[in-house]
Amino acid sequence: MNSIKEIQQEIIEEFALFDEWMDKYEHIIELGKDLPLIDEQYKTDENLIKGCQSKVWLHAELKDGKIIFSADSDAIITKGIVGLVIRVFSNHTPQEIIDANLFFIDQIGLQEHLSPTRSNGLLSMLKQIRMYAIAFNTQAKA
Amino acid sequence: MEATTYKLNVEEIRKDFPILHRQVNGKPLIYFDNGATSQKPRQVIDVINRYYQHENSNIHRGIHTLSQEATDAYEKARKTIQQFINAQHHHEVIFTSGTTGSVNLVASSFGKKHIQAGDEIIISTMEHHSNIVPWQMLCEEKKAILKVIPINDKGELLMEEFKRLLSPKTKLVTVTHVSNTLGTINPVKEIIKLAKAAGAFVLIDGAQAVPHTKVDVQELDCDFYAFSGHKMFGPTGVGILYGKEAILNELPPYQGGGDMIKTVTFEKTTYNELPHKFEAGTPNIVGGLGLAAAIDYMNKIGITNIEAYEHELLNYATEKIKKIEGVRIIGEAANKASVLSFLVDGIHPSDIGMIIDKLGIAIRTGHHCTEPLMNRFDIPGTARASFAFYNTKEEIDTFILALERALKMLL
Repeated sequence: MNSIKEIQQEIIEEFALFDEWMDKYEHIIELGKDLPLIDEQYKTDENLIKGCQSKVWLHAELKDGKIIFSADSDAIITKGIVGLVIRVFSNHTPQEIIDANLFFIDQIGLQEHLSPTRSNGLLSMLKQIRMYAIAFNTQAKA
Repeated sequence: MEATTYKLNVEEIRKDFPILHRQVNGKPLIYFDNGATSQKPRQVIDVINRYYQHENSNIHRGIHTLSQEATDAYEKARKTIQQFINAQHHHEVIFTSGTTGSVNLVASSFGKKHIQAGDEIIISTMEHHSNIVPWQMLCEEKKAILKVIPINDKGELLMEEFKRLLSPKTKLVTVTHVSNTLGTINPVKEIIKLAKAAGAFVLIDGAQAVPHTKVDVQELDCDFYAFSGHKMFGPTGVGILYGKEAILNELPPYQGGGDMIKTVTFEKTTYNELPHKFEAGTPNIVGGLGLAAAIDYMNKIGITNIEAYEHELLNYATEKIKKIEGVRIIGEAANKASVLSFLVDGIHPSDIGMIIDKLGIAIRTGHHCTEPLMNRFDIPGTARASFAFYNTKEEIDTFILALERALKMLL
């Protein structure tokens, strides 16, 4: 299993193939279309992160000491980016997630999607991922 | 829709708006988010510049020349606004921070004076949050009741339902003149007449109307009329509350502070006269001057020309967008201002907005601060193109092409 840092580097290399924003978006849209990210039973209001523009659902569970994230969004571009974020963070220990440094979004030129004015739920989702990691970590220690 | 005529040289007008000549994401900017805020002509920007470079001073209190000049300019701006909306007196024009500020002023001052437990306030389904939340807060505080006028699927108010809602308990009716999300032009004159016959006061939210159509507050006979500077080619942070003199005189002040008082002692303070009673503290002086400059600019073009030209843009865009498969227009009222809200089957509006932004086109996506209205249509939001008189049919053509390109990617 690759580390959070290694997965981010992989994604950066994948995106290095695209010169144009159009190609980049097309790739993200394809990722969004391909991914059935979340089990319908977890698409609950409790798991809903409501942005002004689009909705994101995030579900987390601890399996063998690692957090498995699944997520979804009603907007396809957001969903594609959510898929990338899940790919980076899922299947890692709470401590690894807490210690991780998120750099791939900036590097592939999608930082505008993390702007609070986009209100697409992505920024809140990242905060939520960290909150889950902290919560599971505290649980494990208790 | 009827054919309209206008006299307007859009090429010349575009030269007055510096921002329309910039590029966004490597493409010439096409600005179709006028419902959120309008762009500013050089004539307004120049007034703002000149004020801070040559005229800046506080008003209504200085003995020196600069202060006198600034006061004169500010009060002249008030008169420009008075004439623009045809208010009977210049002191019926209250400077506020914007439509939201104006509505909150009425909710606070009118609420204190006139609203009691069990009283009813009527709003409509298509109100902006800023004409919903202040009334909810007031109703909660006073144990009053909020009633809502329903709409039909085209986005028109159900007037028969409105008549049924009116009763001796109705203290205030407050509706939007033009819907920011649907573009519906509401029959405000009739609403005002019916409300008055029932003994209620009326506030009209004119934020989306004043930039596009002639508003005559005396002809409407409304008690209050609220609008913003920034949606009518003026600066942000300034707006107007028009109120009838007799009604404003009866209301308690809104905020306390300088300028709104006559004398202050620790035992008793007496309040200033209109309009200053409602204008505590140093106002947005340059905002007022900028707003007056925007009105001068609109007058130069002519509001009837603006209305007719924008109507033509709306018709043109509506016809074109209808030809795209899967497009559903949200808001098909018979009487509409230049707002085109739409959805495409199976596609989230924010995805459309993001892609065409990359093509230099600014539209708005989301619930447009009208969540109850979105719930009424059972949709998460819409994509909205809203036009101003500096937009062109060529821009609409480019927008349609960009939209088709986006849909090809997304479907």
